[in-house]
Amino acid sequence: MPNNQSDAMNAPQHAGAVRYADTMTLPKLMLYNARSIPKAPAIREKTLGIWQTFGWAAYAEHVRDFALGLAALGFARGEKVTVVGDNRPRLYWAQVAAQSLGGMAVPVYQDSIASELVYVLNHAEVSVIVAEDQEQVDKILSLKEQLPTLRHIVYDDPRGMTSYSDDFLLSFEEVEKRGREFSRQHPGYFEQEVEKGKPEDIALLAYTSGTTGNPKGAILTHRNLISASESFLEVENIKRGDDWLSYLPMAWVGDSIFSLVLSMIVGVTCSCPESPETVQRDLRELGPTGIIAPPRIWENMLTGLQVKAADASPLKRHVFNYFRSLAEAIELGRSEGKQASAGQRLMYRIGEFLVYGPVRDQLGLRRMRWAYTGGAPLGADAFRFFRGFGVNLKQVYGSTECSALVAYQPDSEADPNTVGRPCPRIDIKVDERGEVLVKGGGVFNGYFKQDEATRGAIDGEGWFHTGDAGFFDPQGHLVIIDRAKDVGKLDDGTPFAPQFIENKLKFSPFIREAVSFGNAKPFVTTMIAIDLNTVGNWAERNSLPYTSFMDLAQKDEVRTLIAGEIAKCNATLPEATRIRRFLLLVKDLEADDAEITRTRKLRRGFIAEKYAPVIEAFYSGHDRVDLSTEITYEDGRKAKIDSTVTIQNVADSGVTQARAA
Amino acid sequence: MSVAAQNLPEAEIQLSVRGVSKRFGGVQAVQSIDVDVPKGAILSVIGPNGAGKTSLLNMISGFYQPDTGTVTLEGRDVTGVRPSRIAELGVARTFQNIALFRGMTVLDNLMLGRHVRMKAGLLSSFIYWGMAQREEIKHRKHVEDIIDFLRLQDLRKQPTGALAYGLQKRVELGRALAVEPKLLLLDEPMGGMNQEEKEDMARFILDVNEEWGVTVVLIEHDMGVVMDISDYVVVLDQGKRIAGGTPDEVQRDPAVITAYLGTSKAEVESDAK
Repeated sequence: MPNNQSDAMNAPQHAGAVRYADTMTLPKLMLYNARSIPKAPAIREKTLGIWQTFGWAAYAEHVRDFALGLAALGFARGEKVTVVGDNRPRLYWAQVAAQSLGGMAVPVYQDSIASELVYVLNHAEVSVIVAEDQEQVDKILSLKEQLPTLRHIVYDDPRGMTSYSDDFLLSFEEVEKRGREFSRQHPGYFEQEVEKGKPEDIALLAYTSGTTGNPKGAILTHRNLISASESFLEVENIKRGDDWLSYLPMAWVGDSIFSLVLSMIVGVTCSCPESPETVQRDLRELGPTGIIAPPRIWENMLTGLQVKAADASPLKRHVFNYFRSLAEAIELGRSEGKQASAGQRLMYRIGEFLVYGPVRDQLGLRRMRWAYTGGAPLGADAFRFFRGFGVNLKQVYGSTECSALVAYQPDSEADPNTVGRPCPRIDIKVDERGEVLVKGGGVFNGYFKQDEATRGAIDGEGWFHTGDAGFFDPQGHLVIIDRAKDVGKLDDGTPFAPQFIENKLKFSPFIREAVSFGNAKPFVTTMIAIDLNTVGNWAERNSLPYTSFMDLAQKDEVRTLIAGEIAKCNATLPEATRIRRFLLLVKDLEADDAEITRTRKLRRGFIAEKYAPVIEAFYSGHDRVDLSTEITYEDGRKAKIDSTVTIQNVADSGVTQARAA
Repeated sequence: MSVAAQNLPEAEIQLSVRGVSKRFGGVQAVQSIDVDVPKGAILSVIGPNGAGKTSLLNMISGFYQPDTGTVTLEGRDVTGVRPSRIAELGVARTFQNIALFRGMTVLDNLMLGRHVRMKAGLLSSFIYWGMAQREEIKHRKHVEDIIDFLRLQDLRKQPTGALAYGLQKRVELGRALAVEPKLLLLDEPMGGMNQEEKEDMARFILDVNEEWGVTVVLIEHDMGVVMDISDYVVVLDQGKRIAGGTPDEVQRDPAVITAYLGTSKAEVESDAK
């Protein structure tokens, strides 16, 4: 890989230093890049089948024009711009443009339903929305009357917009054009406004989807964002010329950190995929040098690969399986501190040529130097597989309130069971109740207009209470067990961490979501949402006809399959917390139904209420339960599904004994 | 008979069909039909099975020779002109039963739609560099616009035969658009689609009409869609035109209610919702 040679040259640039956090803002960094590396690629977008590249000079020009356009529309310091849509250069530019004028960016999830949007936009008092396309514009127009502070809607893609003629509706080009006119009347205005910016200005209001109640807007300043990124840069080898695929939701703070902040500090090139459906292909075409993906994506890649391997000719299948077990054996040895034998090393070289390299190439991981998984634990099998195949996959830990980055794993200490060491200049401690507390430059300045919530989150000494329960292992890595408030006790006093159990269940490719109950109950029970793709695939291979998710989830065969998966999981759990009863949900858990957040975190309180009859049936010994679930369609319409679901006991003698004892 | 679409100055008329008839053996498929399609309009042709809708479309696109009558395109008599020539004049169509090259990719099927617009000859195509290459790039750009328009980005390199039915219909629309038509003839573009696919297709048809200014003649059975997106509706029954006008007029027309739908008015209206 040609990139490795320049490591030594770039590394000292950030070694042990706060370079920008105390002086710079994002727009200042952008202008600096536009002067020092004007032609270096800043951002790419695939349009009409071709990657279009914008250098830093062009990037800054678009930001300036749009910012001045906003100024012409009366945008004042402290106002907010919301972007909504898939990752597009213009939506990034709009955010930086707002920050250039001393405003704030408020990105929102593109799949938010109307009621969520209304809440966030009003709470943040957003005055301008930049929407990707007609679909998003229509959504906002339908809410216009409920949004008193909204003055303008700007759209990126003009498709389908010809018949819209409202004054407050402008195309991105039109705003840029007004910006150029404004610039002729007010030369130097943009530079002056950028110069006024201070590190402690608010750059981003990052709304967390919140597992309880309404979303909260974390206030992140330029200093927070740059400081967190600089800490990370000190220990991770990210440098100019790195390619990054901007495919994760723009409303997620991690995307802002990588696609905006790291991009500006070091000059990472961001690439926006053509459409959400083409991400896999764009990934392969681009071959980025770094990626961050939730466990679900890594697991899907692995499952896809296994399906293809199973369909390959016997010779190929044999070769693949041989080298796969070799790679995993070496990786397992490495994690236990053992050296690979000479013979293993030789075969690994051959494997690199025959299997590992080609597989990485097919997945678009060939040039990858850093790959992260976060948000939830990734199964040890998947983790070992990718590391064995030469992907530098590591866990990373953070939260919106900490500007995304808190802990990292050095290359040599990658471990699926921990989230790694604290980043430099970030302090982590575990308090007496087992909650993880964080202090450092990236920690936010409170929740916007929610002082009470802020006081609950940051204590007098500046420690942010993450709400995660965890501990440090002997090598100094942080291990996260669960959300602190979710950890409870079984009737007999055994500690019960629902997420810990659910994550183990979700390592099974057949299980998409799991919700376990057990606090103040005699034993552990679980509701499971099957993974339609893998279970559907399994059903086809076993000649089991089905029509829908609901139909599939009610098949006895599927229940037996999942019971087997649960038994496997039970084998790794202490006897007292093994799962004794479960049922299969007739629908997946959906953010539109408020059962999970947009980042797929369970909203336990809500679920417990909604599925109260199920919990009742679990512990009263009934074998069947009538389930009436309300579902919400994407457009906000609601419908009801009524069904009778069978509850199954897990055959496991150990558990019965444990209970008797 | 209400004829809102008629009696316009000639310059406003894209397509004019006058007294067209077609007989297959003992069957009078189309009997002396008049239809005027104003420029930039969406006109739907409805009627029960065997009413002569597809035959009418086939005569417009030159697949059938009318026995009597004339077809005039922008004031120019094109009666009985061969289909390839009609296509060159800016008329494109899709078929009731999908007619794509199943083994070819979406991209290739669309590029094929550009065929009538390609000028490089056999020799220069064989050499490729120079004229043929420049042409290929120009046409590819046009096709990419269509791919973007119809949201087919992720399917570019997929063989069309492997696509879901609704997507094949969309590709077919794309191929028709590749001709850069002024007039688009769509034969049941939503047949066999589910509700969501229908809504997508209706959106595409409206966008083609509004943004690209393409005149559309549509045969469709889904009354909800027809009444929603059409400017004018013409009703055929047993080869004859029995009504015509705006969707509102047609829905109120007693001839349509009794002869075509054969149901009560209330049901017609609920259908239309």
